[in-house]
Amino acid sequence: MTTLRAFDERSHRGIAWHRIAAMLLRHKYLLTSSWPRLLELIYWPMLTLISWGFMQTYVNSNASFFARAGATFVGAIILWDILMRGQLGYSISFLEEMWSRNLGNLMMSPLKPIEFVISLMLMSLIRLAIGVVPMTLMAIAFFDFNPLSLGFAMVAFFCNLIFTSWAVGLLVSGLVLRNGMGAESLAWTLIFILLPLVCVYYPVAVLPHYLQWVAWMLPPTYVFEGMRALMITKVFRVDLMLEALAINAVVFGAAVVAFLALLRSARVHGKLIASGE
Amino acid sequence: MHDMSALTAQSAIRVEHLVKVYRATRAVDDISFDIAAGSVTALLGGNGAGKTTTIGMIMGLTEPTSGRISVLGHPMPQERDEVLWRMNFESPYVDMPMRLTVRQNLTVFGKLYDVKNLGAQIERLADELALKEFLDRPSGQLSAGQKTRVSLAKALINDPDLLLLDEPTASLDPDAADWIRKHLETYRRSRNATILLASHNMLEVERLCDRVIILKRGRIADDDTPSGILARYNRATLEEVFLDVARGRTQEAQGEAPGEAR
Repeated sequence: MTTLRAFDERSHRGIAWHRIAAMLLRHKYLLTSSWPRLLELIYWPMLTLISWGFMQTYVNSNASFFARAGATFVGAIILWDILMRGQLGYSISFLEEMWSRNLGNLMMSPLKPIEFVISLMLMSLIRLAIGVVPMTLMAIAFFDFNPLSLGFAMVAFFCNLIFTSWAVGLLVSGLVLRNGMGAESLAWTLIFILLPLVCVYYPVAVLPHYLQWVAWMLPPTYVFEGMRALMITKVFRVDLMLEALAINAVVFGAAVVAFLALLRSARVHGKLIASGE
Repeated sequence: MHDMSALTAQSAIRVEHLVKVYRATRAVDDISFDIAAGSVTALLGGNGAGKTTTIGMIMGLTEPTSGRISVLGHPMPQERDEVLWRMNFESPYVDMPMRLTVRQNLTVFGKLYDVKNLGAQIERLADELALKEFLDRPSGQLSAGQKTRVSLAKALINDPDLLLLDEPTASLDPDAADWIRKHLETYRRSRNATILLASHNMLEVERLCDRVIILKRGRIADDDTPSGILARYNRATLEEVFLDVARGRTQEAQGEAPGEAR
């Protein structure tokens, strides 16, 4: 092609951080221009914490066993919020592109699917931080619970939960790509199917036997069991965290494969050029 | 009709036996064409003729059922990463985030395309496309004409070698549409860029394009220069030719006086 200009092709091969940074900048512009979006990130985590925090205070003052078990409530709330808000942060960042009919522009740009996914994962961390940091400060100030005091255990809990949340976010965004905005409600609802199964507020032993099998196939179950073990018996169950990490690797890998398959299907069915209902 | 055997190394786009089937519908039905670098070509056709699907496949947004596409020397969609940064597009089917200002949107897309001296490039485009007065206004607060100019600025942010435009002046008043066309002409001349556009606006096609490919029900109904097509159909305007094709009046019938063919 003699008539075409020569470009520096180096930056267009492999994963380019400048493109991921561009996507983060896009969301920074959005969040800083919209106070309701910013407020929403903080509002629900704080409201949830206040409601359950006072419940814990009540339980703590009424029974010795519940005093110990009750201490896990606030921990459970914070960890569930990491799981839920991590997924919502991923999915909403994706949905913003659908709502603004911007997806075609992005898919036609040099932004690669893997870069798009990485930018969504980073956005979920940023959105999560905006919500969880004030929530954590409130837990320390009003309910005498400092998740940071859990040290390395908290890091292990966080990593396992965020991997699961990204896996669910990947699946949801793939389904929305393939099926249009009719599948949007999955972004708000799908994660809640995990709520009873991963035993956020009660031990796995409470579940019927057949559901225990299902529960142990889900990585967050190990995190919530691990959190209760740590807070009630003061034992950090490394084995549980490693098992969760192994299952997460499979779940996350499966979600990436599903996302790429759904993206391919969206291309086959011409859904990317006119994404909508 | 253009001879496919005359394909040259100067092709910006080469489409061979392209087919796209959606369930039972053949949206694009075995089309082949070759678009020379530095040319402006129009895809004409009524609603459902296959224009947007064809452009979608050239951009790599839609996967062909069969056939081959080569863009700037690279097979699509297999080597899309090699060419996407050298092309750009504008379409009424996509928008830019409304809450972001024009400058913010152009900044994000400039960074995605790794544009050097991005600030200067935005200022230059703002000058050329008369965006300066609303550069710091949210994109959602712009009029249709202003939005089209911003979309064009986004499409030109990386100085593309290949520009794909889907109805670039749709919903614009004649003055704004004329203005956009002038800018596209200037851009093509100054950069030797290739432009492929889908349009319903026959005046636009006559004024801008070196070549017209008329699609009907997913097939190429005609392919020639605007003057060649007008001569063959014995018509004064492409709009009349468009109506002939859309209503099934064949070229052969056009050997008669225009009034008799109606």
